[in-house]
Amino acid sequence: MKKNRSTLFRLVSYTKPYAPLLIISLISAMVSVAVSILVPLMTGHAINYMLEGNVDFKKVFEYIYILIAMIVVGSISQWTLTASTNSLTFKTVRNIRNQLFEHINKLPLKFIDNQQQGDIIARISSDIDQVSEGLLQGFTQLFSGVMTIIATIAMLFYINWIVALVVLLLTPLSLFVASFITKRSHSTFAEQASQRGEISGYVEEIFTGHNLIQAFCREENCAEDFAQMNDELYKCGFKSQFYGALINPCTRFVNNLVYASVGVIGALISLWANSPKSLDVGNLSTCLMYANQYTKPFNEITGVITEIQSAVAASRRIFALLDEKQEESDEDSDTLKECDGTLDLDKVGFRYVADRPLIENLNLNVKKGQKIAIVGPTGCGKTTLINLLMRFYDVTDGSISVSGKDVRSVTRASLRDSFGMVLQESWLFEGTIRDNIAYGKADASLEEIIEAAKLANAHDFIDKFPDKYDTMLTENGDNLSQGQKQLLCIARIMLTHPPMLILDEATSSIDTRTEMKIQQAFYTIMQGRTSFVVAHRLSTIRECDVILVMKDGNIIEQGNHEQLLASRGFYYQLYNSQFQNS
Amino acid sequence: MSNLYKYLKKYKKHLILGPIFKLLEAIFELIVPIVMAKIIDVGIANEDINYILKMGGVLVLLSVVGLGAALFCQYVASRCSQGFGTELRNVLFHHINSLSMSEIDKFGTSSMITRFNSDINQVQLGVAMLIRLAIRAPFLVIGATVSAIILKPSMCWIFLITAPLVALVLYLIMSKTMPVYTKNQRKLDKITAIAREDLNGVRVVRAFTEQEREQNRFEQATDDHAKSVIAIGRISALLNPLTFLIIDLAIVALLYFGAHKINTGLLTQGELIAFINYMTQISLALVVLANVMVLLSKSYASAKRVSGLLATQSSISDEGNADVQEVENSPAISFKNVSFGYSGGGMAIKDLNVDIYKGETVGIIGGTGSGKSTIINLIPRFYDVSQGELLIDGVNIKEYPLKQLRSKIGLVPQQSMLFRGTIKSNMLWRKEDASDEEIYRALKIAQAYDFVMQKKDKIDEPVQQKGKNFSGGQRQRLSIARALVGDPQIVILDDSMSALDFATDLALRKALNSDLPKDTTKIIISQRATSLKNADKIIVLDKGEVAGIGKHDELLQTCEVYKEIYDSQQKTPQENASEKEVNNEEK
Repeated sequence: MKKNRSTLFRLVSYTKPYAPLLIISLISAMVSVAVSILVPLMTGHAINYMLEGNVDFKKVFEYIYILIAMIVVGSISQWTLTASTNSLTFKTVRNIRNQLFEHINKLPLKFIDNQQQGDIIARISSDIDQVSEGLLQGFTQLFSGVMTIIATIAMLFYINWIVALVVLLLTPLSLFVASFITKRSHSTFAEQASQRGEISGYVEEIFTGHNLIQAFCREENCAEDFAQMNDELYKCGFKSQFYGALINPCTRFVNNLVYASVGVIGALISLWANSPKSLDVGNLSTCLMYANQYTKPFNEITGVITEIQSAVAASRRIFALLDEKQEESDEDSDTLKECDGTLDLDKVGFRYVADRPLIENLNLNVKKGQKIAIVGPTGCGKTTLINLLMRFYDVTDGSISVSGKDVRSVTRASLRDSFGMVLQESWLFEGTIRDNIAYGKADASLEEIIEAAKLANAHDFIDKFPDKYDTMLTENGDNLSQGQKQLLCIARIMLTHPPMLILDEATSSIDTRTEMKIQQAFYTIMQGRTSFVVAHRLSTIRECDVILVMKDGNIIEQGNHEQLLASRGFYYQLYNSQFQNS
Repeated sequence: MSNLYKYLKKYKKHLILGPIFKLLEAIFELIVPIVMAKIIDVGIANEDINYILKMGGVLVLLSVVGLGAALFCQYVASRCSQGFGTELRNVLFHHINSLSMSEIDKFGTSSMITRFNSDINQVQLGVAMLIRLAIRAPFLVIGATVSAIILKPSMCWIFLITAPLVALVLYLIMSKTMPVYTKNQRKLDKITAIAREDLNGVRVVRAFTEQEREQNRFEQATDDHAKSVIAIGRISALLNPLTFLIIDLAIVALLYFGAHKINTGLLTQGELIAFINYMTQISLALVVLANVMVLLSKSYASAKRVSGLLATQSSISDEGNADVQEVENSPAISFKNVSFGYSGGGMAIKDLNVDIYKGETVGIIGGTGSGKSTIINLIPRFYDVSQGELLIDGVNIKEYPLKQLRSKIGLVPQQSMLFRGTIKSNMLWRKEDASDEEIYRALKIAQAYDFVMQKKDKIDEPVQQKGKNFSGGQRQRLSIARALVGDPQIVILDDSMSALDFATDLALRKALNSDLPKDTTKIIISQRATSLKNADKIIVLDKGEVAGIGKHDELLQTCEVYKEIYDSQQKTPQENASEKEVNNEEK
């Protein structure tokens, strides 16, 4: 409970910049509640002055004028309530989103790598939506709902305490029924949701593997499995739909009972014409109108409370992410200026998990312009080395220095600026080709960009698009081939002229001509630059000055091509299986 | 749409009974104000306590019976809509699995998955709402108006003006806001897309220190979304105040004119209260109606999408094909003048002629888009050839029952994928009654035996959806093993060793050569010339055309495309470049 409250407070603190909106919506809520309470009262008064054949027109009109004024004020305040809540909600939501995004970009990669991507995205999209729907909008609904209930009961007591007592006594019944059904339906809802998830997972699997299903003639077996799951869904789907559909008729039923009781008891009271607590017809009609609108906020509140609960849960997930520790600030560190392209690894050790050392005592001295190939079977830890060089992760032992400076003593930005990196998984964003090439240098002129593209062998294919450099790329560049994507990534580096390079050759299927272009581009870009290449092609490997052979996270051999072949070790084995006849 | 009605017809009884009971409830609800008017006008006026109590009893009775009717209707609606949805899912699932690749390409897998999940749910909801509300809400509006007319015809004009006016306001606001909602949804999707993009490229973003740029891009998107949501919110916020403004003013009008009527004795107080009551009922019903309309229009759109999918017929059919007898001594696979084009594109394969004999190992090599995978897709008849003939064991594949044809083939596609279950359940896909020994043998050939045996449950190890609890290399090996169980006559490997390390790749190729039955025909697609060096035949493809067919050594001499591919993989860029120069000079 305490936790819930602190989460709520924290969330409310986000609305601070919009305090005026909050105040407007609270005032509007009060005004519109007041109007909704007073309208029936005024109507009742008006009716009271309409005795058959003897209507007091002066009084009736007086009330009618008051009513019109109230209705207009009420409508306006209802509008400002909704509009200002809406505005408040979405401005707050936008700010939380922006903050969350900024925060994510400052989180250490160690955290991001260990997190399911879908999970982080869910927090930034659906969780925040949940908060906007449940907490912020629900809050005003809850507020006006509670206000309405309190005001109605107060008015009822003001008019007639016996009728009020009847309503008050029947109230728990409505609450009880609603919560009973909600509780019941809640578990069936959950069951249905999980069964639906099950089915959609299965369907996605089967539809994605459509060719396999047909190739192996598995249509019938799958249909059988599916029918079984579908049957389960039918069972719990029916239950949850039915239980869910019970709430409305049942609360309506309670509502009708309240209405009937108010009518009958009110009528009986009004018969005691002489009693001081007597009830006239106008007041009875007011009571009936109250009885009608009284149960509505109850229904709303039960709905809102479940919304609020899930919103609190969602905001807790959001705050948990926001509370993750960011990378240590490097504002006070030096910037790495004029990097000379030398690099030293001194007794480097690294482990992702504390009790499982991955890299141990790695020493490497790289001179300016040297080319280092990193070779080894998949999963041998090649990417780990890239992670350390780029300082995506920090070493556990020893140190890495660039230009004689420990990488931890300079800013991450300046260190990373001195590296050019082309990963195997080419990353492009939704935008034009031009924007994508200019990613590291936003102010580059078109001439510079074309020059870079030419050096990267990308100009030819770009030039064939009707919109050339202004061609829009879809998300992740899906309208380009693998190879073309990589060429664009190389062009990016050509534009920024970094003194050092990290290249990750693609293993995936790239057609031979594009691959040749990529190799040429790699070759061009490596000239005069200190380069690390995760290599799969013999041609690339032979080009390099030092070959690091990795296996199970360790560098097991180190030397140039001839030396390694002569030593007849793991590299020799690799070389033979990959490049010689089978 | 008629193909969907078929499945609704079964629930005729439900579809009629449900709304009838809902109507009953509505009628009871409409009687309540009349009874209340009686209590006031007769009971109180005559000071008749018994009458009041009796009418009170009637009110309670009405609500009890109303509750019963409503519950029955909800029950019927749930049974009918869930039953309908369940059957529709079964039918559609079966239907989609029977479609050929051409149709699948046309719709796209992800679109089919959405149709399957959210569209059917939407249709199901639509059916339920149709029973529960679509009839009740308009009936309440009309019924309340009619009751008011019956009660006192002279006051009904207020109702006749109010109801259409409210309907008009609802229509105007909704028609303005509805289209914007989809637009806003897209803006929200954009926010998610940027977030996903940023996370995917987290290393690149940091390598270029472009966090700020990403932040700006993101803030632009969130700002855009917030602005448009707030703008549309201002309009949709009018909905409630306007409808209630109209209704409340109508009540004021009732009071005003009612006062005159009461003064002249044409109306009673009780009747006036009943009028007010009806007015409130109308307003509530109209709001419900507006929501139901929105929901039904969504359901209708979904139903059309589902129906469209269901109406699509598979372009490949084996209807009427009886088991065929293979022609003896004919090639295992024979392409005769085969051309093929995907719908809406040019020819992906042009005039292919090749005979592949039993026991041969055939390699296919060529750049992306050269038609390698297309050839492979023709053999199990995923697509029909556009021109020419494709014969297997001497018989045109269009004459085979699909089951007989496909059971000859062991296919390993490029995207290796396993299905939820256990390793064993995946291994039984080709041959349901395969023994454990057969499975072990396939696993051994596929170089998967060792790692499977290291698993806790061995071949009973659970496999998660799409096999995501296995590494890429393990998945590839298991999907190769799956295709080998039960000794298929033709094994097809579509570039399916890319995730294997060199040593495993080599061992696997050796085992395929030596451990399969001698007459097994093997077709291997690869990007790497070295992997195909020992094939009996290599088909070199270039933009859908055959650039050469032959053994490695022959092709090196005769086929320019092959030589280029081979060289690019063996030599350094300079070597290639200098050679090119030499070639150019020679020319």
